[in-house]
Amino acid sequence: MDIIETVFVRNNLVVAFAVVGLITWISYFLADKLTAGRIHGSAIAIALGLLAAWWGGVVTGGRTGVADIALLGGIGLMGGGMMRDFAIVATAFGVKLGELKKAGLAGVISIFAGVLVSFVVGAVVAVLFGYSDPVAITTIGAGAVTYIVGPVTGEAIGASSEVITLSVAAGLIKSILVMIGTPLVAKSIGLDNPQSAMVFGGLMGTTSGVAAGLAATDPELVPYGAMTATFYTGVGCLLGPSILFFIVSSIF
Amino acid sequence: MIVYGVALLSVCLVVGMLAGEALGVLLGVEANVGGVGIAMLLLVFASNAEKFKSLACGVAGEGIRFWSAMYIPIVVAMAARQNVAAAMEGGMLALVAGVAAVIVSFALVPVLSRIGNSAPAVSLSSQKDVQ
Repeated sequence: MDIIETVFVRNNLVVAFAVVGLITWISYFLADKLTAGRIHGSAIAIALGLLAAWWGGVVTGGRTGVADIALLGGIGLMGGGMMRDFAIVATAFGVKLGELKKAGLAGVISIFAGVLVSFVVGAVVAVLFGYSDPVAITTIGAGAVTYIVGPVTGEAIGASSEVITLSVAAGLIKSILVMIGTPLVAKSIGLDNPQSAMVFGGLMGTTSGVAAGLAATDPELVPYGAMTATFYTGVGCLLGPSILFFIVSSIF
Repeated sequence: MIVYGVALLSVCLVVGMLAGEALGVLLGVEANVGGVGIAMLLLVFASNAEKFKSLACGVAGEGIRFWSAMYIPIVVAMAARQNVAAAMEGGMLALVAGVAAVIVSFALVPVLSRIGNSAPAVSLSSQKDVQ
């Protein structure tokens, strides 16, 4: 047992490559045999990843899912922000400038519309659940934007740690739902071309959610959606503690 | 050399991140504003530019294509390290807020997608009217 642990921990990134390869193989096998290809293999792989993350969190009580299990620590590095951003940028290789220009305006509008809409929805839900303090309403609304905008806004305007935790949870739910839901609704919302992918990225904004959701829908669309999504959190952090907080304060 | 492509990709990411970080400081925001998006634009420009051709063509291009293909496995690992347990413990408020935000945003995708498509169509038909 000691030998296994030593080898696995010392080579954790390599172990992660092997484990993810295995999960992917199982997922494509299931997609082929159980769903006859109707559900994309990568959608199943992402769902299995989330399931493993939930299990890891429950077992260890940690915050990084399955990566908190010592033997699988490399998952944390492989799936961390650095590798994710590196691979996202690589997907831009082969993107056509013309496509970007065509959807440029719609993309920019969708970023601002996305932040506003998610914020308003989150804030309204907070009010419906009985919150009347503008700081708490703003923080929960910001959490519905993304799980980064929530705590950044909350800390800036002095929200309690309970409210900040709630805002992170709301953002996580959003991110997970985008990961799982995107391939299911892609057809009905017309998500099948670069332009709508850019709008989609701008509206959803959660980089992880958009990254995984588009990967499970059509990998060709990933760079277009990721391009706008990466501006979303920045815009959210800009508007949350400033304009949006002032507006909420003036109402409540 | 494969490493040339990997290096080009790396330089794009680092420069983009620096720009995003600087933009954040400029706007007074505690976040990286579009660093990855800027890096992607840099890579698009570089891979289309004559000057950088030797860094993005042939074998060097394979160095970029490899990481592009590793994207989905990396996303699977990313899913496996999310704090799903915390999301489940957030209770009804977090659940309702998250779900509602996603549903409304999904519904807006077809609405906003028309902006790019309808604008040129309108200008085309108005040109015809003029003619």
